[in-house]
Amino acid sequence: MSGNVTPAPEKAPRRPFLRRALDAIVSGNAFTVTFLAFVSALILGAIIIILATPSAIRAWQDFGYAPGEALRQSWRAVANAYGSLFLGSIGSPRAIIDAIRSGDGASVVAAFIPLSETLVSTTPLMMAGLGIALAFRAGLFDIGGQGQLVLGAIGATIAGFSFPSLPAVIHVPLAILSGAAFGAAWGFIPGVLKARTGAHEVITSMMLNYVGMNLLTWLLTTGLVQAPPRNQAISKVVVAAARLPSITGSSLRANLGIVLAVLLVLGVGWLLNRSTLGFRFRMLGANRDAARVAGVQIERHFTIAMTLAGMLVGLGGAFMVLGVDFRLSPLYSGSIGFDGITVAILGRGTPLGVGLSALLFGAFTAGGRTMQVNTSIPLQLVQVLQAVLVLFVAAPGVIRTIYRIRLTKAGGRVFGGWAG
Amino acid sequence: MRLELQGISKRFGDLVANDRISLTAEEGEIHALLGENGAGKTTLMNVLDGLYRPDEGVIQIDGAPVHFANPGEAIKAGIGMVHQNFMLIPVFTVSENVMLGFERTRRFGFLDRGRARQEIGELSRRFGLEVDPDAMVGDLSVGQQQRVEIVKALSREAHLLILDEPTAVLTPQETDELFTVMRSLRASGRTILFITHKLKEVLAIADRITVIRQGKVIGTTRPSETTAQDLASMMVGRGVDLQVKKTAARPQEPILEVHNLTVLDETGRVAVDGLNLEVRAGEIMAVAGVQGNGQTELSEGITGLALVIAGSVRIAGRDLTGASPKTILRAGVANIPEDRQRDGLVGDFQIAENIILDVHDEMPYSLHGALRWPSIFEVSQGRLSDFDIRAPSVHVAVKTLSGGNQQKVIVARELPRHIRLILAAQPTRGLDIGSIEYVHSRLVAARDAGAAVLLISSELDEVMALADRIVVIYRGRLTGPFDAASLGREQIGLLMAGSAADATRPGETA
Repeated sequence: MSGNVTPAPEKAPRRPFLRRALDAIVSGNAFTVTFLAFVSALILGAIIIILATPSAIRAWQDFGYAPGEALRQSWRAVANAYGSLFLGSIGSPRAIIDAIRSGDGASVVAAFIPLSETLVSTTPLMMAGLGIALAFRAGLFDIGGQGQLVLGAIGATIAGFSFPSLPAVIHVPLAILSGAAFGAAWGFIPGVLKARTGAHEVITSMMLNYVGMNLLTWLLTTGLVQAPPRNQAISKVVVAAARLPSITGSSLRANLGIVLAVLLVLGVGWLLNRSTLGFRFRMLGANRDAARVAGVQIERHFTIAMTLAGMLVGLGGAFMVLGVDFRLSPLYSGSIGFDGITVAILGRGTPLGVGLSALLFGAFTAGGRTMQVNTSIPLQLVQVLQAVLVLFVAAPGVIRTIYRIRLTKAGGRVFGGWAG
Repeated sequence: MRLELQGISKRFGDLVANDRISLTAEEGEIHALLGENGAGKTTLMNVLDGLYRPDEGVIQIDGAPVHFANPGEAIKAGIGMVHQNFMLIPVFTVSENVMLGFERTRRFGFLDRGRARQEIGELSRRFGLEVDPDAMVGDLSVGQQQRVEIVKALSREAHLLILDEPTAVLTPQETDELFTVMRSLRASGRTILFITHKLKEVLAIADRITVIRQGKVIGTTRPSETTAQDLASMMVGRGVDLQVKKTAARPQEPILEVHNLTVLDETGRVAVDGLNLEVRAGEIMAVAGVQGNGQTELSEGITGLALVIAGSVRIAGRDLTGASPKTILRAGVANIPEDRQRDGLVGDFQIAENIILDVHDEMPYSLHGALRWPSIFEVSQGRLSDFDIRAPSVHVAVKTLSGGNQQKVIVARELPRHIRLILAAQPTRGLDIGSIEYVHSRLVAARDAGAAVLLISSELDEVMALADRIVVIYRGRLTGPFDAASLGREQIGLLMAGSAADATRPGETA
């Protein structure tokens, strides 16, 4: 009975929609699963929104007298919250069209602010997700995104304020490369430790997060980095010539960073699917033993993969500081280094998937801020949505348990080789 | 106990693993269930053991229908199962393992070890299953562990014993001992269902033989009424040539020269112990031996995968001791690893990707670090037909193929390179007869084309069929080489059990 399974052409019997939808989740069709997970997350989010809206809760307490009112209030709360999320991340389609028709520059810019903010939030998430996904594909679990992102930002900032008179054509690339190098160093360390000593990259990269974040805190007290008059924990400011130019030529914050991030997504896609190095990474990720027998120097490739991963995540930090913030402050990375892990999982480790997931999370982040302002729903709802989404995608077993679906043979696995 | 299966069917999705199987094992009978891997033997066994519920059909014991919801119920009904992979706890003693799950206790819940020990003693004496009740299971040989499994089943009053490929891990002598035990069990009125794919053993021990193929019963016969040739044809469904066709070897210059090789295993023990070996171009040298006597470490020492502590490895005149696996592959070594799914293939990769696994950075598959997918697919397509790989396309994941086709993918990758030495470790383990024939003929053809072939095998039949010269490995040391023609099965068997070799090693008290 062992494995004489040849894939037979799919005969599709007619089954109810829901049944087919759930089957698709279980059998691991990437797009369908992600879409359905998205819908499920929104439904769960709606419940949370209702619970977090006092007027809706009150209406439910009076459900016996006025059931219509409870539903109406609930609907209003959910529509309001998700509407704000949409307005904050994409904007009002009507406002965009009206602004373009009117031809008034200022109102066009204003209409595009939400989209611009989405791209701004997307950029570092995309880079962090890309680096971590690359490591995944080589069978490595890089959870040092926080540290790598901070180091990339430090490298870019130092190069960005240290040369006051360089022209932009030199200064921008220099600052970017400096950030890449700092991030790469923070990936190289766990990589080389694994290669030479066998130390597990999960432990070492996680510990380097603390080192990196505290390094930043310390640097912000030194004369080298701290902004004069040195009474605040912020860095000197990146000079104008080192800043990433705007892509719209207006006051919108969307900048060259997102363009470079998209190019790097394409580059990593090429690396993984078209290059011999990427082939070896995938071999390592899919079956380390076979890679070794086939003559791959696995230790060397661990180091290379972690270094590249650190470099990509570090570039995320560099794009943030060179494109938007221009200066460092304590805890600069927020949780982007960790969010990169969820982006990589949601994107199933593929560059395209990472790009789309980062865009989604970027939209959530940008829209969540608007939602927090307009409604009583806190920004944390967005994080709950993201977490639930990833939970459904990465653990189809959860869905299976909820809906009591029988285990089918083609149960999908998102990644292999997290352990070891 | 009389077991009767009537029309047992078991399906997994579209796959019919058991298709209306009927057979009857009489009380006091050794009934062999013969079939290739994938024929449905294991499924049928799991149905009997209560692990699977049959979709159709009836199981009757002594004329009464029975239903097992789980293995516990099967045990209660008197069915004892000895699995291929033993279900024993190595750090427990024999008696503890036998008690496990059926512990007898004295007052206050203390384990009654004395009683267990006494029971084991009785059973051992009665059926010739000598085993020390106080020995740690981890210290026992594989053959002894198997006896513990049988004792365990008997202690639960099994009247029907199911033995799943019991001889796969045994030396010929241990196999003979097992057969003696089986005969004494039969004499005591117990029924044995003996599951195997080995024709010779079936003919030697079975009272009746049921052959299954593709989930169906092909026929039931008696050893006196059939031949190995007929049984093979029934198993495979066509005429089979059991003899490997080959001419006398015409050996040339030495290709592989191993001198005083010492390799440690994963735990740091000496696994290959100062071993000398020479394989010449145009000959097949077989390393015979029971699994776990240093074969894995020997091949890893040669291919650069394991650290060589002492000694040297020369391939085609070049000293490649301690060279990287890649350098050694490039020197013209084809490696057919022992564990093909772990070491030979990337299961999730397409066939095409597996075809270039160790040559992906060479022309025509890549140029300046970029893969050339059109050439890769073209070459792979050719290999699919040249090597008779049965797959819908080169794009299917290799893990969806049968074991035989997986092995053909490895052969199709390794042999077309410019090859001086072929290292084939257990190259036909778990394969169907058709694939075995195929791999054997390819190895002989490679030999005739001038390659040196080092065949590492624990299948005595394979060694006898293919080898021009034979060495026997026992505890990391070699005896021989012997001319294949001058050595009988019995002698090899004795050497495999270590009778002539120096049984003591440095750092070990024998």
